[in-house]
Amino acid sequence: MRTSGQDHQKQRTILQRIHIDIPLLIGILSLMILGLFVVYSAGGQEFGIVIRQSIRLGIALVVMFAVAQIPPMAYQKWAVAMFIVGLLMLICVLLFGHVGKGAQRWLDLGFMKFQPSEVMKLVVPITIAWFLSQYDLPAKISHIVIAFILVLLPTLLIAKQPDLGTSLLIASSGIFVIFLAGASLRLIGVCVGLASAFAPILWFFLMQDYQKQRVLTFLNPEQDPLGSGYHIIQSKIAIGSGGIHGKGWLQGTQSQLEFLPERHTDFIFAVFSEEFGLIGVSILFAVYLAIVIRGLYIAINAQQAFTKLLAGSLTLTFFVYVFVNIGMVSGLLPVVGVPLPLVSYGGTSMVTLMAGFGMIMAISTNKRVHA
Amino acid sequence: MSARKRISIKNHTAEANLFARRVLIAFIGVVIMLLILFNNIYNLEVESYDKYKTKSNSNRIKVLPVAPNRGLIYDRNGVLLAENKPIYSLEVIPEDVKDIKEQLSAVSDLLDISEEKQEKVLKSLRSKRRFKPIEIHSRLSDQQVAIFSVHQHKFPGFFIDARLKRYYPFADLTTHSVGYVARINQRDNIKLEDKGIADNYKATRNIGKLGLEKYYEEMLHGSIGHQEVEINNQGRIIRTLNFTPPIPGKDLTLSLDIELQMIAKRALSGNRGSVVVMDPRTGEILAMYSNPSYDGNLFVHGISTKNYNKLRNSKDLPFINRSTQGLFPPASTIKPLIALTGLEEKMITPEFEIYDPGFYQLKGVDTKRRDWKKWGHGMVNLTKSLEQSCNIYYYDLAFKLGITRISTMMEKFGFGEYSGIDIHEERSGTMPSVEWKRARYNQQWYTGETLSVGIGQSYWTVTPIQLVNSISILVNKGEIRIPHLLKSTTETINTIVNNKVETETMTTDIVYEDKPPIVISEPKNWDYVLDGLHNTVQKRGATGYNAFKGSTYDAAGKTGSAQVANIKQDEKYDAATTSENQRDNAMFIAFAPYEAPEIVVAVAIENVAKGGGASNAAPVARQIMDQYFGDRVIVSKDSSRHPHHKNVYGEKHLSVH
Repeated sequence: MRTSGQDHQKQRTILQRIHIDIPLLIGILSLMILGLFVVYSAGGQEFGIVIRQSIRLGIALVVMFAVAQIPPMAYQKWAVAMFIVGLLMLICVLLFGHVGKGAQRWLDLGFMKFQPSEVMKLVVPITIAWFLSQYDLPAKISHIVIAFILVLLPTLLIAKQPDLGTSLLIASSGIFVIFLAGASLRLIGVCVGLASAFAPILWFFLMQDYQKQRVLTFLNPEQDPLGSGYHIIQSKIAIGSGGIHGKGWLQGTQSQLEFLPERHTDFIFAVFSEEFGLIGVSILFAVYLAIVIRGLYIAINAQQAFTKLLAGSLTLTFFVYVFVNIGMVSGLLPVVGVPLPLVSYGGTSMVTLMAGFGMIMAISTNKRVHA
Repeated sequence: MSARKRISIKNHTAEANLFARRVLIAFIGVVIMLLILFNNIYNLEVESYDKYKTKSNSNRIKVLPVAPNRGLIYDRNGVLLAENKPIYSLEVIPEDVKDIKEQLSAVSDLLDISEEKQEKVLKSLRSKRRFKPIEIHSRLSDQQVAIFSVHQHKFPGFFIDARLKRYYPFADLTTHSVGYVARINQRDNIKLEDKGIADNYKATRNIGKLGLEKYYEEMLHGSIGHQEVEINNQGRIIRTLNFTPPIPGKDLTLSLDIELQMIAKRALSGNRGSVVVMDPRTGEILAMYSNPSYDGNLFVHGISTKNYNKLRNSKDLPFINRSTQGLFPPASTIKPLIALTGLEEKMITPEFEIYDPGFYQLKGVDTKRRDWKKWGHGMVNLTKSLEQSCNIYYYDLAFKLGITRISTMMEKFGFGEYSGIDIHEERSGTMPSVEWKRARYNQQWYTGETLSVGIGQSYWTVTPIQLVNSISILVNKGEIRIPHLLKSTTETINTIVNNKVETETMTTDIVYEDKPPIVISEPKNWDYVLDGLHNTVQKRGATGYNAFKGSTYDAAGKTGSAQVANIKQDEKYDAATTSENQRDNAMFIAFAPYEAPEIVVAVAIENVAKGGGASNAAPVARQIMDQYFGDRVIVSKDSSRHPHHKNVYGEKHLSVH
């Protein structure tokens, strides 16, 4: 290696050593700061809620930083073990799980409650990426079928809890890996077709009444304006009445007067668009798009198939969060419990997301070492 | 392991290219999905902005109606007859109280509120929203208000609410004229809907049910105001956005003089009857009192069944406004009008005389009609017929005139018709005629009945307001003024200038259009009749003389005593109550001063114990006139015609009593 190259490398080492990707960090921090303002407005203008959210964000940043220190290739070694433990925990949840909000999602470990499905959001893409990267790409049909089965197992277990939002996110994280691994588009089409055929089974055997109600409400919210359609109607009113410029920070009547449900959590986007209008929404979209572009850029530049697949899948899954949340809040999709990433108030999924970003940063900063 | 590694190295570039292609596809997918989202948001925020803006506003903005203050009612001298009095209620907002049970019992001990009421409050806690006030006590006394105000700081969440309620300070004295308001009921609502003014009453609780309160309801009510408030999802009011103040109702100033009204009540001294006083120059009613009356305030607060039944079942019929609904045979009080008809139809002259032997007998009929004086009045001319109230003279005159000429003329004086006074509670009475009898009983008219009509009896019934009206026409020599109670209205105009409410008042006098006057062929005939009425009061020995002995003003009048009196004309004869009901009615009409009449008084008293109009009704009129003229001394130009005050001429005030 040439000296100049080494010098060049030395200049980068400060950030490289702490495994931080500056563009990604800037994107994440701007979303977090934006989020704090909206949470303050949506949460009844109390500083308490801002402080609690700040603590969560701090913890999430620490987790991201910690995960970023782990060399990505280390996951490969532990992929199988983590996957098996994860599946076992999901089974445990179904058997002994703690029931909260009508669904069994939590495992009570005595000293803390633990949501195994959150861990699986990371374990599934790692496992599939590990599995497919062992072989030449594009992956063979047999491998792809196995990969699908590996995705399907945790997805069904989580759907059974029932937690439709998370199972959807986990399924897509796995499918993104398969897609990026070069599975023929026709094959993916067939699989998606099979999944569609699976829908009636899902409807009649797996979905709970409240989930069915959500889908029905989505199809026709005005049918039951005071019942389950209320969320969507009020949310659309909030967004629509924001207009181009928005009503102004803290001035959203739908949110401040509490017509909007779940204001600071899942429906925070409605508060944001009511108060900041189409201009604010455009900026928010731009930030999300920038993060996705940076994530995909890191994926393309990653040195191994495994890291490429993992970074790509995590980035695209992050986008799925955005799409599903905004889609449901604006009435395009049925209401499933998916938060707006890095903006919504709430802890668990934020930590998982940031752990994912930690992995992407590790992939971004470790490529030269393994080149 | 090594083989696989080798292969992966070999295909590294191909793999990277494949991956890059897939990432590109994924990126395109991401962009497309973002565009879908953006398009949807664009549709909501730009294309459908107006729709959602409206929806958002209708979510948060509620328009609360604000009731206007009802117009006040004053008498002619500015004395309040109907006011809006604040009543105080104790209320509590549950969410502002920490321990409601404890606090409630503490406040109840302080204000002496019953356990029953406390339990009721605690019960309603469960069903009501925690931020909505609950009423604990609906009508606090002034003392309770004072006590609570001192201790209010100890009871956060408890407060006193003031509402305006109609109050009639003179109670029963004004009920038949002013009337009262009471809670709007279903029937009122239907009427309001029909008139298309239901929206104006959204915040109003009470509506005029009787008297002027009913007649001038629309004037008194005013226009509703609106308060635009922002509410949250639970309906809690967050703030006021806009306030359109209500326009208060117009204040009414009446022609009534409450002091005359008091005198009227006192003069009737518990007898069933009515006094109506009218200014013949304008038609203003100065007093209108019907006894017995009742307290209209009872109805404002919602009358109890017990009290209501007591009033309804009373034999004295307090609900009937005898001034406008009481039907009395006019008896001798209309003799001047019959006389005028006789003069006008040239059946008599002022000098014409008949001999009164004490009875009158129609040719070919056996029954003799007796005069009230058994031995008769001897030779009787027009003046004497009025002074002495000679029946025989009028039998004869009525016979000559016939019923048609009488009833035609009497109808011109307003008999058998509504007087037009501005309250709805009025009856038209009956002016009998040939056609009327045929229509009513399908019977022919008998001459004997004409004779009875000649002395104001038979089927002829009048209300005191008709009577006072007809005499006013007489003293006005044919000019007809519509009797009325409303003199002027005062409008309060609130304008908001620089956030300050500026109040302006505008008083408008009500102009009543006169009816076309009665024109007679010989105007002197008015004077002959009026002169007779003057003599009736001023000539020693005439029927009205005693009652006005010593009066300082120059009065004229006519007595009347009617047999068989019952204001319920349509009711069947009831033997059980006959004894009292068969007693005479006492009537009296009067006006003064004779040369320039300012007031006309009609008095009707039912079933007096003994005597007639001269001894029972005339003294009532005297007291009214004494009150009206007070210190004024008014005597006739021709002092010989006014024996009570021979030595003064014109009008002057007594300086020393």
